[in-house]
Amino acid sequence: MSIDLETAARVATLARIRVEDEALPALADEFNAILGFIEQLSEVDVDGVDPMTSVTPMRLKRREDVVTDGQMPERVLSNAPDAREGFFAVPKVVE
Amino acid sequence: MPELNTLTIAEARDLLRAGKVTSVELTQTCLKQATGARALGAFVHDSSDLALEQAKAADVRLQGGEETPAMCGIPLGIKDLFCTRGVPGQAGSRILEGFRPEYESTVTRNLFDDGAVMLGKLNMDEFAMGSSNETSVYGNAVNPWRRSGDDTPLTPGGSSGGSASAVAADLCLAATGTDTGGSIRQPAAFTGITGLKPTYGRCSRWGIVAFASSLDQAGPMTKSVRDAAIMLGAMCGHDPKDSTSADLPVPDFEALLTGDIRGKVIGIPREYRMEGMPAEIETLWADGTAMLRDAGAEIRDIALPHTRYALPAYYVIAPAEASSNLARYDGVRYGHRAHLEQGDGITEMYEKTRAEGFGDEVKRRVMVGTYVLSAGFYDAYYNRARKVRTLIKRDFEQVFADGVDAILTPATPSAAFPLGMQSDDPVQMYLNDVFTVTVNLAGLPGISVPAGLDAQGLPLGLQLIGRPWEEGDLLNTAHALERAAGFVAKPDKWW
Repeated sequence: MSIDLETAARVATLARIRVEDEALPALADEFNAILGFIEQLSEVDVDGVDPMTSVTPMRLKRREDVVTDGQMPERVLSNAPDAREGFFAVPKVVE
Repeated sequence: MPELNTLTIAEARDLLRAGKVTSVELTQTCLKQATGARALGAFVHDSSDLALEQAKAADVRLQGGEETPAMCGIPLGIKDLFCTRGVPGQAGSRILEGFRPEYESTVTRNLFDDGAVMLGKLNMDEFAMGSSNETSVYGNAVNPWRRSGDDTPLTPGGSSGGSASAVAADLCLAATGTDTGGSIRQPAAFTGITGLKPTYGRCSRWGIVAFASSLDQAGPMTKSVRDAAIMLGAMCGHDPKDSTSADLPVPDFEALLTGDIRGKVIGIPREYRMEGMPAEIETLWADGTAMLRDAGAEIRDIALPHTRYALPAYYVIAPAEASSNLARYDGVRYGHRAHLEQGDGITEMYEKTRAEGFGDEVKRRVMVGTYVLSAGFYDAYYNRARKVRTLIKRDFEQVFADGVDAILTPATPSAAFPLGMQSDDPVQMYLNDVFTVTVNLAGLPGISVPAGLDAQGLPLGLQLIGRPWEEGDLLNTAHALERAAGFVAKPDKWW
């Protein structure tokens, strides 16, 4: 499977990482090198094998659905690049 | 009395409990060593004020009547990947510049509740992605070991390069590391120390910056197997805040170090004999095998047929999980936010923030991960890799079911290499993990024990892989190997 520039650009968009046009060919090459390496997996006979979900078999634990944390907005906001009036402030999201 | 910073945890514990040394003395000695060792690039955030507070509190506890935990008063370095309340944590990345965690990771909480002391945060590859500690925002960590007659700076390995360097140079008595594909075991082997990755689920991942959630595990990096046993006991245990943390009792690992491995079956997997493997590594492996045989173990040739697919499977699964885990670094709630131009909206903020904040290797892996999870490729790559992972784990299950107690392999395909040597080809760097990734994929405990020096005077390690949850047994076999190998060499101080 070979990666062309269009695919590389699409992946960068999906990953929300800006990649300048000049950098796309190098990125596509890197992808191709890594995917070339991964290609060996197609040699394996995986018929009837379940994909692994949990490396150590375990049952998800449950707890009572009650509030046990919170009430600390200053701590939650303390690392924010832009916090205003108890909210995280970001550029406009909705058109 | 030897230099206080050169003590092991076990030695320091005995001296502390006997009142022959104080935690403040230990801590001050280590801090002084660390200050003089900037050339190693090991410590990246200082927490000396906190350290002295913790040391004083530990001394009060030690002087009281109660029996103190083993780690009480012991000065440690903490890998930058752990969230430590009030002390900066950046995971080696620009994207978390300025981040000061408002909470403590469970593992460090456990250590500090036991009275351990945090000297500072240690260098690492960005987001734990790397095998040489060359991708850190803080600059490279440097191996305290050098080749005979050669002052070329060498890598301490990665991603826990700072941890390995600090322990090997006696800047702290031990350090925490994390291991996703070998990031504890490989640097331990490169620096001549002991590194243990426990069974997946043994240590809580809560408060540790996530890289690959089904592979990450915290573990001790120490000067001896006994120390690893002691420190693991303090670090691990069930945590309700980590749903993947095992609800199993924690045995007294140190008490299981009898040194007696008579009748234990040690598997030697033929698929780990790689093409082009350096003769020195082959010899070390054969020597290690002989040592275990001489100690009374039964040696058995075994097959782990899917070994060669472990690296490619890992390089699908780990980036895929990373692309999901690193989606949170978007400039909204913490860390770096890009400067925005007029008209830039939320998407531009995400794209620029992440482009500026992530280093090249991280971007590469996040994007590879995004690709293998994307529509049309999910089945061909991600699902297939997970099926191969099932087969890899099954190989181990089969071997353990056949009566094997532990598996002996080399830890790395070479000794520590020069910094800057492997920068161009990402795949070449990945090959450093060839002996270690299988263990993370199968969720098993693995330990690297220093076993010898190569022709240039650099340490080489051997890896033992154990049964799930049997860290005690694994540590005991490692203890026997350590004793037989008799590795006592230390790097010559040049820093």
